[in-house]
Amino acid sequence: MDFLRPASWEEALAAKAEHPTAVPIAGGTDVMVEINFDHRRPEYLLDLNRVGDLTEWEVGEDTVRLGASVPYTRIMEDLRGELPGLALASHTVASPQIRNRGGVGGNLGTASPAGDAHPALLAAGAEVEVESVRGSRLIPIDAFYTGVKRNALAADELIRAVHIKKADGPQQFSKVGTRNAMVIAVCAFGLALHPETRTVRTGIGSAAPTPVRAKTAEEFLNAALEEGGFWDNGKIITPSVAKQFADLCAAACNPIDDVRGTASYRRHAVGIMARRTLTWTWESYRGTAATTEGAA
Amino acid sequence: MRVNFTVNGRPQEADDVWEGESLLYVLRERLGLPGSKNACEQGECGSCTVRLDGVPVCSCLVAAGQVEGREVVTVEGLADYAKQRSCGHQAPEGHDSHTGEGTELSPVQQAFIDAGAVQCGFCTPGLLVAADEMLERNPNPSDADIREALSGNLCRCTGYEKIMDAVRLAAARQGEAV
Ligand SMILES: Cc1cc2nc3c(=O)[nH]c(=O)nc-3n(C[C@H](O)[C@H](O)[C@H](O)COP(=O)(O)OP(=O)(O)OC[C@H]3O[C@@H](n4cnc5c(N)ncnc54)[C@H](O)[C@@H]3O)c2cc1C
Ligand code: FES
Ligand code: FES
Repeated sequence: MDFLRPASWEEALAAKAEHPTAVPIAGGTDVMVEINFDHRRPEYLLDLNRVGDLTEWEVGEDTVRLGASVPYTRIMEDLRGELPGLALASHTVASPQIRNRGGVGGNLGTASPAGDAHPALLAAGAEVEVESVRGSRLIPIDAFYTGVKRNALAADELIRAVHIKKADGPQQFSKVGTRNAMVIAVCAFGLALHPETRTVRTGIGSAAPTPVRAKTAEEFLNAALEEGGFWDNGKIITPSVAKQFADLCAAACNPIDDVRGTASYRRHAVGIMARRTLTWTWESYRGTAATTEGAA
Repeated sequence: MRVNFTVNGRPQEADDVWEGESLLYVLRERLGLPGSKNACEQGECGSCTVRLDGVPVCSCLVAAGQVEGREVVTVEGLADYAKQRSCGHQAPEGHDSHTGEGTELSPVQQAFIDAGAVQCGFCTPGLLVAADEMLERNPNPSDADIREALSGNLCRCTGYEKIMDAVRLAAARQGEAV
């Protein structure tokens, strides 16, 4: 094994181009587990800790450009206002020690259907900025997950940052697990209201081979909210609409039975989380139409 | 490969380090610092918790090569680290800040003993490092704050109540001291 230690982003891209099989290591909270248990013995480890750019973020007009290695702790503490859904999701990851090291770049690199950042990114709307010596491109988050633990990165590419839409309305994240810390999601659900475009977006975790949006449910709800004038009159969402939305979210799942839960439990739980997160966010939209803070 | 870094205030050089080796392995097996414990090697238990440039991390999940040039504090250096923090100056001469031999205990360590928070002791080093860091950030923690800060540290013996008592005691004593 070789340990590559690029001191800058350019050096990191050059190293990845020269050794496309090199495994990047950022927080190491996925990679080191695999090495410790001998599940993986890469030829090269490519350390990204020295690349300072990756731990920085920029808050722009409409988006936050979040460096790939910004640890979850920083997202929770410093980006609650701009990225409430992702901040809530970050807070449910593992433990303080893991949140001090792990970040969204690693979550995207692993692309586990159970990764907690994914539902929040899908719901908020995001693009993944990837780069190689050949150039840079933005991959829409919907196109990033290509299979179980597979993503759209080419062998010579690295994730530079994620461009996430700043919240223009309330966002929520909900996760089912056996305790409040150190738990991989049985299933998870993210929901974001986008009053500016009068749309609702969703993200489902751990209930399909990849993280997915419940697109049919979103379309149904967008039409129902428009038709009833809900965005303007701020009325409580009709229970039958909420139920239909929840059912369509459950139907968007394609889960499996595993040690953490059965497929039918996951489908059921996603429906419940969909209804609850819709109710919570809508209540907060009605309360203060301009709020962008997520409730804990 | 060779890795140079600072451990408990002292420059260290570890040789013949395998590229996939963890910081925990280097500390225990190459530098003779067995205070950080190895229980799970997968980030679940927190018994390997150390501070890396001040930040609490699981040393089993840090690749040794990633600590090149950086500062690590282990439970062995906790007492001197706490002393420096409270006095704002270097540790007194004659103490071995590297292994912790001959050093007085830190307030958190003393509180764990006084509150009876140590049974088999395997989880203790990680809890001490995590608890000390929380008290540094948050001198008046609520019970919820303590539980959250220690949520990455498992203990199979105590049932956590005595650990809660110990951290409350350390916080109270810290409050009296200032
Ligand atoms: C005890 C424990 C509990 C956990 N609990 C949770 C949980 O509750 N929720 C959750 O979502 N995850 C959890 N995880 C998994 C892990 O912490 C997350 O996936 C985390 O986001 C990984 O980030 P990292 O920086 O540590 O990644 P690393 O381990 O450094 O890398 C992960 C993958 O991404 C690749 N990679 C990293 N950075 C880049 C980059 N810039 N460009 C291209 N590829 C890159 C790596 O090559 C690797 O394949 C847990 C892990 C542990 C050990
Ligand atoms: S040994 Fe590192 S967390 Fe358990
Ligand atoms: S005292 Fe035995 S594990 Fe905590």
